[in-house]
Amino acid sequence: MSSDVAIVGIGIHPFGRTEGVSGRAQGAFAARQALADAGVEWSDIQFTYGGSHSAGDPDSLVSDLGLTGAPFINVHNGCGTGGSALISARSALMSGQYDLGMVVGFDKHPRGAFNTDPASLGIGEWYGQTGMMVTTQFFAQKIVRYMAEHGIGHETLAAVAEKSFALGALNPNAWRRKALTAQEILDAPMVNHPLTQYMFCSPGEGGIALVLARGEVAHRYTSTPVYLRSAEFRSRRFGSFEVFSPWTTPETLTGPTSDAAAAAFESAGIGPEDIDLAQIQDTESGAEIMHMAETGLCAHGEQEKLIAEGQTRPDGRLPINTDGGVIANGEPIGATGLRQVYETVMQLRGNAGQRQVPGAPRTGFTHVYGAPGISACTVLSR
Amino acid sequence: MSERRWVDDSLFVDPSETTSPTLAGARCPRCSTTTFPYQSGCPRCGGDAAERIALPTTGTLWSFTVQYFAPKSPYRGFEPFEPYGVGYVDLGDVCVEARLTVNDPAALALGMPMELVTLPAFAEGDVRVDTFAFAPQEVTA
Repeated sequence: MSSDVAIVGIGIHPFGRTEGVSGRAQGAFAARQALADAGVEWSDIQFTYGGSHSAGDPDSLVSDLGLTGAPFINVHNGCGTGGSALISARSALMSGQYDLGMVVGFDKHPRGAFNTDPASLGIGEWYGQTGMMVTTQFFAQKIVRYMAEHGIGHETLAAVAEKSFALGALNPNAWRRKALTAQEILDAPMVNHPLTQYMFCSPGEGGIALVLARGEVAHRYTSTPVYLRSAEFRSRRFGSFEVFSPWTTPETLTGPTSDAAAAAFESAGIGPEDIDLAQIQDTESGAEIMHMAETGLCAHGEQEKLIAEGQTRPDGRLPINTDGGVIANGEPIGATGLRQVYETVMQLRGNAGQRQVPGAPRTGFTHVYGAPGISACTVLSR
Repeated sequence: MSERRWVDDSLFVDPSETTSPTLAGARCPRCSTTTFPYQSGCPRCGGDAAERIALPTTGTLWSFTVQYFAPKSPYRGFEPFEPYGVGYVDLGDVCVEARLTVNDPAALALGMPMELVTLPAFAEGDVRVDTFAFAPQEVTA
């Protein structure tokens, strides 16, 4: 596996709702924490890639962190913002041009579901006016088909969210910190059949920063480097079923998640069977179920048994979303993909406290999915 | 409310036909891929000369959900908000996403026959704005 790039410092601003603290301030908070974790100063950082969807221009953080003259490149790529920033930083380090850089992602969204202008995706106004420009409808319709094709029941949707909230309760940086029973989740108001309110993530706030170094110099900064073995981004191909689609193909042939995951495993030189823990996009509990198989971590249809047996909990065979995922942490678009990497580093360092995966895990996998049909995946290891 | 209009005339083969609408799709002459609404570019082969075609007005329910909360802008509906069904209907060469006339998930099932109808979507002053929708097909004996 490639040891070209290592994560040597991590920082987080707690997720959720922080009144009176701007998204930018949450990004700066995370950046300072990551610098301290790596034992370096902002003036040591040779370049930064930063992402935010709706909380301001990331490069304006230099007015808080220090005016060093180093390049700071903004990344604005929807749900793939964090992954895109990370891939860009990795390439910059692998080029040999730099030794040390940062990626930072933060956001602060208004309450309630996201609303997107159809025109920004080349779709007519009619699609939004008649009530179909709604992300939650896509996930609901995808899981309705998937449940029928693979015999997955409503109780499994509830079991996924039950795990998310149980782990959120063990994560001091999570938004939703109260455990809920499967029955409470099933009985919550329906958002989009068959998914209730507690099966969905909510737009939120938070910030993450990572300090990355060329692998050869990683030990200057930390005794516990976590190597970014691969990072791959894919857009949709013909025959995939995606959010915000006025039409789709009768037969779903492929998807960006399976493409990006396969590329990430191939590039890392290890397979899904070698992964000790995974953070995958759980926009709602059905997404966690479907993405488990689309990423190759299990077979299609195998999820219900794995979940019922508790195998996706931290002490199971295939720990998934060990920090509570998006369901418990909320969705600040610019920060989400990087939160998955943050949690993986915490786990591989053995610092994840009560939600620590036992047995000193060595490898982790991360996956994001978003509009209009993109996915970014990474493989990480000690 | 006597006046009416379509939410977007370009969605229909003949916008003057208001009760039995037909959707206008696109078919690529090079690879036969069918899309909706009409676009000249082909997402499969990259061609740029798609033909405007009439899509079938009946099909089968490919997937569905019910929207239980009122979406934010740009959604426009009637007051008070009523949950509404949304689904994809398989028309053979393409699945089209549409409002459904049914909002009870128990009355919907994958594979059930559906037919295209006209649905009032919202009002604009005195003008009723209609869109296309799919309804469970009436069983004729």
